[in-house]
Amino acid sequence: MATHFEQELDELKQKLLTMAGHAETAVQRAVKALVDRDEKLARRVKEDDTVLDRLEIEIDDLAINLLAKAPLATDLRFITVAMKISHDLERVGDEATTISRRALELNEEPQLKPYVDIPRMAQLGLEMLQEAMESFVQHTPEGARTIIPRDKEVDNLNRQLHRELASFMVETPNTITRCLHLMVISKSLERIADHATNIAEEVVYLWEGNDIRHDPQIKHPIRVLPKT
Amino acid sequence: MTEATAPKLTVPLAKPTPPAPAVGDQPKAEPLIVTQNLSLFYGPSQALKNVTFDIPERLVTAFIGPSGCGKSTLLRCYNRMNDLIDGVRIDGTVKIGGQEINAKDVDAIELRKRVGMVFQRSNPFPKSIYENIAYALRLHGIKSRSEVDSIVESSLRGAALWDEVKDRLHASALGFSGGQQQRLCIARAIAIRPEIILMDEPASALDPIATSKIEDLILDLKKQFTIVIVTHNMQQAARISDYTAFFYLGELIEYDTTSKIFTNPTKKQTEDYVTGRFG
Repeated sequence: MATHFEQELDELKQKLLTMAGHAETAVQRAVKALVDRDEKLARRVKEDDTVLDRLEIEIDDLAINLLAKAPLATDLRFITVAMKISHDLERVGDEATTISRRALELNEEPQLKPYVDIPRMAQLGLEMLQEAMESFVQHTPEGARTIIPRDKEVDNLNRQLHRELASFMVETPNTITRCLHLMVISKSLERIADHATNIAEEVVYLWEGNDIRHDPQIKHPIRVLPKT
Repeated sequence: MTEATAPKLTVPLAKPTPPAPAVGDQPKAEPLIVTQNLSLFYGPSQALKNVTFDIPERLVTAFIGPSGCGKSTLLRCYNRMNDLIDGVRIDGTVKIGGQEINAKDVDAIELRKRVGMVFQRSNPFPKSIYENIAYALRLHGIKSRSEVDSIVESSLRGAALWDEVKDRLHASALGFSGGQQQRLCIARAIAIRPEIILMDEPASALDPIATSKIEDLILDLKKQFTIVIVTHNMQQAARISDYTAFFYLGELIEYDTTSKIFTNPTKKQTEDYVTGRFG
């Protein structure tokens, strides 16, 4: 028989997984709304964001009540990490809303160019997010550690897209508004990967007890060159 | 967690060489109490098994563990209170400030001057507040009235009790609250300036306000004294101690900084105990 405390911990975990599911769906829909120029879907993402906001509050409430019971060791880490993960997921939802808003604006004008990098960035960020949540559930900090360096790939795509859009703006000034919208979308996707990275770091802390935030070795592992 | 998956402790009841405890960051302060291979037997049953670790000076070290794990027995080794129990046999060494306390030439009464003790139930003498402390001082040869007065005041101040009792110094100690009586016992212990104060669940019979006063007092006292405390209240250990030792079935399972023990213990048994999965 699980104790009441364990049942409450499980409830916290289930809510967090529900929230992660909603956050992923929001990002997928926002990018789909952009690519398919689907106004209805974009509006739906904006409206559904309240679900994530509500879940964040519910998770904080549950976590505070559990903290009042003075948990220790893994239980203590689990609850504090749950609060941080829920905050990151809520921010992922906000980024999805930003993407939808900009998609609605972009729908007012003809499409600037075929979208290649944006769906790629979204896919990378979502994979990172899904794997981070999997490591959370499966107790696999080693899996979470492999997610962190992948943030760099999304950062590079964002930089590349910014450069491309900047030259577009210089060459054709009447594309400036559209380019700025796309820059914001690209930045939002880059931020989603950052939140996935944060979650991965939180999962490492949860299951290993090691705080690896701001460790340059983990973010950008140094390649050891073979001796010549 | 179901009963079938509940953590099972696999520590056998007795074995010749228990596994080494998980010993993390060692105290950086000078060790005052050095315990080596300490085993204690009550007749045929072994209450402590090969305990080895160092307790640092002027810090608070907490002993935690389920009932019967040997933590109080170990505490009583440090002022040889176990001498008073028939059939106790002790192997191994305990050195305080470099001196082996179980050596034949060590007088247990002299040792207890260096190592004071506070018990779970406050045990003031049925005398006035003043006499409770003065009696202990006179017993230790301090007879001058002015010196006694001065130590009574400084001890009561040291135990954060002076302001509450200064106008009733000659009233019976038994008329004061449980928390005040316990602080009187602490005042009595510090009056003879010991090096170490052993505390065996000093706040377990007190309400939260009295407990908080005792805990605050312990944090003040560690500036001058080395404190070793047995507690069942893990949040209390987390609040007041610098180092924590976890015992189970007479063995030291894990000894580390309190923060490590309560946020990320190394041994599964410690984890299971501090999260309330057993014990």
